[in-house]
This record gives sequence, C-alpha cells and structure tokens, in this order.
Amino acid sequence: MPSLEMRSLREAYGRALAECGAQDPRIVALTADLGDSTRVAEFGRRFPDRYFNFGVAEANLMGVAAGMAMNGLKPFVSTFAVFAAGKPWEQIRQTIAYQRAPVRIVATHAGLTVGEDGASHQMLEDINNMRVLPGMAVVVPADAVEADRVTRWAASYDEGPVYVRLSRANFPTILDEDYRFTFGRARVLRDGGDITLMACGLMVSVCLQAADLLAADGIAAQVVNVSTIKPIDRETIAGCAARTGRVITVEEHQICGGLGSAVCEVLAETCPVPVRRIGVDDQWGQSGEAMALVAHYRLTPERVAAEARSLLAGG
Amino acid sequence: MTAATTLPMDLDQLPAKARQLRRDIIEMVYRARSGHPGGALGMADFMTVLWYRHLRHDPANPRWEDRDRFILSNGHTCPILYAILADRGYFDRELLWTFRRLGSPVQGHPSVRSDLPGIEYSGGSLGNGLSYALGTALAARVTGRNYRVYCSVSDGDCQEGQTWEAAMAAAHHAVDNLTAVVDYNRCQIDGPSDQVMSLGDLPAKWRAFGWHVLDVDGHDYQALDEAFRAAAAHRGAPSVIVARTVIGKGVSYMEGDYRWHHGFPDEERYRQALAELAEAPA
Ligand SMILES: Cc1ncc(C[n+]2csc(CCOP(=O)(O)OP(=O)(O)O)c2C)c(N)n1
Repeated sequence: MPSLEMRSLREAYGRALAECGAQDPRIVALTADLGDSTRVAEFGRRFPDRYFNFGVAEANLMGVAAGMAMNGLKPFVSTFAVFAAGKPWEQIRQTIAYQRAPVRIVATHAGLTVGEDGASHQMLEDINNMRVLPGMAVVVPADAVEADRVTRWAASYDEGPVYVRLSRANFPTILDEDYRFTFGRARVLRDGGDITLMACGLMVSVCLQAADLLAADGIAAQVVNVSTIKPIDRETIAGCAARTGRVITVEEHQICGGLGSAVCEVLAETCPVPVRRIGVDDQWGQSGEAMALVAHYRLTPERVAAEARSLLAGG
Repeated sequence: MTAATTLPMDLDQLPAKARQLRRDIIEMVYRARSGHPGGALGMADFMTVLWYRHLRHDPANPRWEDRDRFILSNGHTCPILYAILADRGYFDRELLWTFRRLGSPVQGHPSVRSDLPGIEYSGGSLGNGLSYALGTALAARVTGRNYRVYCSVSDGDCQEGQTWEAAMAAAHHAVDNLTAVVDYNRCQIDGPSDQVMSLGDLPAKWRAFGWHVLDVDGHDYQALDEAFRAAAAHRGAPSVIVARTVIGKGVSYMEGDYRWHHGFPDEERYRQALAELAEAPA
C-alpha cells in the first residue's frame, strides 16, 4: 500500500469539531494549554465564547467538563492522551463516568508515535484505563476519515461519556470517503478464511500490509478494524474467530489491558481459538522518530505476517 | 563515603559560562530538529548560578549520598540540565548530540531509567516535581542527612493543583532544606500565561502558602547569588526564588516569544543564534 495518502487525525478532528460547533450551539471545547497541538484551537477561533483553556491543570479540566455536561452543554475535552486518561483518571471516574456525564474526551498524542518526547509522553495504557470504567465508550479511529466520522458521531451521542484516542503522527488513509462509522461495530475490511488480524488505530493499516505479505504466500488473512473497543462487538469478533479459527490482535498499546485483552475476553467466553497478541509488551517507550519507534517495538507488517505464519504452523 | 564538592566559580566568570551553555542548547535542538529551547535559554542564568556556585555535588561521584539534589519538574527544559551535566563532567559531551534520538540516554524528557549520571528525576508531566522534591527533602530529615533539595518549576507547573498541595505540605512540615525556583517567564504553549491562565500575584500566592519568597530578576547574577544564599540560610520554612526570566533569553528572535517554547531554528537562524551567543569581547 505504498501510495496511500498520509493524513492527520487531529486535523480531521479539529475541522469536524468546528463544523459541528457551527450546527450545535451547545458544543463547547475545553483544553489544558494544548489547544494548538490538539487542534481544538480552530474551534476556539470560530467560537471564542464556547472555548475554554484552563492552563496546565487537567484535574480541573475534567471536573469543569462534567459540570458543563450535566447542565445542558456538550463538552469536547482535548489534551494529550497521557494527560487525559492518566493524570485526571480519578476525576474522570468520579465526576464524569460515575455521574454518567456525556463528556467527549478526545485525546491526541497517544502511543509510541508521539516520537521524540519519549516515554513520559507516550501513553500506552489509556485503552486499559478508560475501558475499565463502567459506561465509558472507547473508540480508536484508524485514519483521518474515521476520526472525522467519529467526531461527528460523538457530537450527537448523549448516552454517556466517550473516550476517543487520536495520535500525533499522520496515518495512511485506508477508508473511503463514503465510509460510515457505526458505534459498537467492528468492520471487516478485507476477507480471508485462514486467519483473522484484528487491530485498531495505526495498526489497522499495518495489518492490511501484513495481509498483502501473507497473500504472496497463499495465506488468506481477514482484517478487522475494531475501532469501537467498548462496547466491544462480540458478534463480529466471535463470528470472525469461528470462520478462521485463529486470531492475531495488533495495537499501539500495552498488550495488557488493551484491544488484545478485550478480544480475548470475548473469545474465551464465545469461541476459544488460538490467539496471539501483538503490542508493547510490558515495556516503556523512549525517544525516537515515530516510525523508527514503531519498527523498534516490532509493530510492523513483517512481524504480524511472521506471527501469522507461526500461528498457522501450530507454533 | 564523603566526596569533594566542586569549588564555586567566580561570579564574573558566570556570564561566559552561561553563554556557552546557551550555545549547547541551540546545538542540541538544532541537531535533534525538535525540543524546547525557550524555557531552557531563559533558565540558563539561574541554573548557572545554582550549579556553579551553590549546589554541593561531585561529578566523579554522582550517587554521593550527601549531595544536594536538583529536581527538574519542568522536564521539557532539560537541554540546560544536560548541557550543565556534560560541562561538569558527568558524562561525555558527545552524548549531547544524540539528544532525542532512538537509543540515546539523553531522552526528550530526563529519565532515571536511562542511567544518565546526574539525572535525579524523570520529568515530563508537569505538576509532579515539587512533591518529589519534598519527599527527597523529608528523606534527609528522617535519615539524618543534611543535603539541600533544589526544584525548578515553570509557570505551567504552578498551574497544576499538585504543586500547591506540595507547597502546603512543605510549609506545614517546615521543610527548610528545600528551595524551589520558579522559571517565571509568563509564557506557555498556547500563549502568554496572562492570556491562557493567569497566575495572578504569584509571589503573594507562595507567601500565602507559608513560603519564604525571594522575588528576583532571573538574569541578574548578583541578585540570584544572594537569593540562593538567603534561601539556604532561612530556617523554619521552605524558600522559593521567583526568578523573573525572559523566554528565549540570549537569542534576539526568541526573546519574549512564547512560540519558542518548542521548535528548532532553520540553518540561517541557527547560525544567527550561535553568533549572538558567541564569546563576548572582554
Ligand atoms: C501535566 C502536563 N500537561 C501538559 C503538558 C504539555 N506541556 C509541556 S510544557 C507545557 C507548558 C509550557 O509552559 P511552561 O511550563 O511555563 O514552560 P515554558 O514554556 O516556560 O518552558 C505543556 C502544557 C505536560 N508536559 N504536562
């Protein structure tokens, strides 16, 4: 897939948010000194009265968002993933999730692809932290198209809190412009009967490339974009496992507690098949260029293909 | 084991030293093509006064148990700390040019895990450092050691509630072996702090929290030197030096401009910065 267009998910988010803001006067945007980096500053330029920058103070950020959400507003809260799903986790638990406040936490700079800032800024535990909270929706867009659709969906979703995971790096655009996001649905992007590759975020494109490598060996891999991690799509996940009998999960996150864990929880109860989980394996990140880090932590198409061959060989 | 602390440098030698450190900061971010030069350049003068005249440490023995500790809460400004540690001989200067590269111990934010000598604390998440410094200071009390703890905090650190929890606790426990230094440049990522989130009367806030406050020009070596001495001599309360600094100090096009919080100069501006920071005529 060498010719896929690289696009920014946070740009897509910022643009979609500003457009939603023009339609819906209840939308407000909140940040903690990262308005430009997360791209919500665009909303702020267009709607200064509905834009709140609280400075470097994330606990307050989340508490204020909860109060706004419980009183008729639709807050979108954006900061880096480590300062969204890490630092103010307790405020999210008590004032947002427990009160079922419909706060849209859209976090950018998740994962290794933060790059040179290093481990302190590379959030690899956010899917875990958020999906454990009762009633918290967790969505990980695979590219800029999906980031746009998820933003528009979140603007209309009032059932409870939402966590959306975005990245700093540009991702290959793998979805068509007519793509429609369905909350709670995993999507089969490529069918195949030999093995299933389930992924989220950047790793969806990596799995599509791995499927190409496997096809050259005569192996038909099915690729599934599990963009909604919570509520997880039990039906599609179990159905795919039943079809191929072998599953590999791939994520730019700790393998503990993330997509791989969520998939295994489903399969253990519905369709136990051999599974391999690929992700960051109980390690810290470090400084480096984004794609060099992805390679260093072996989140590559070659690695996914190798694991697939090994799993098919019964290894 | 005891160790020999470094001898204080004469006050009149500090400006040239600070200029050299500033050149290293520029070199590091230019070569890394990323990083945070603004805060680091602004802090260079108070860091030079602290590290070359007040901090008791021994580069040959980085884990000396009685050493004074320096905690960089605003971890993104690490180029100034790395430049000083290399200059003092904690590690090979060549390592500076691996800043932010894959596999380098000179991480984008300082990391204790990297085992780089001289690094006391893994920073990066603002608001956490003063609590760690307080714990370090209280540990001296419990273990009967008499080191001092120095902690730099930024405007951004001062916006985090945790900094004020630590401030309250340090005053409550009358921790007088702790000196905080605020890099009070009134700038942050999204703009001037007074526009993003005003800190109000910052010295008055620290005073209200029970601290001994020294409000100084962050580029006046004499005033800084006296402030560090007064802080160390003060008994019964922690001290804070509110250092009024200029972001990007020393590089004309960066001075006072919040947009140099992070970023790197192109080749022309890199050369200009080095020229402006060149050895001054005697
Ligand atoms: C808890 C936390 N939130 C957000 C950030 C991202 N961030 C890095 S520096 C910074 C603020 C910059 O202002 P200041 O700390 O005053 O530093 P200066 O620009 O003066 O160097 C922010 C928001 C962070 N590092 N930690």
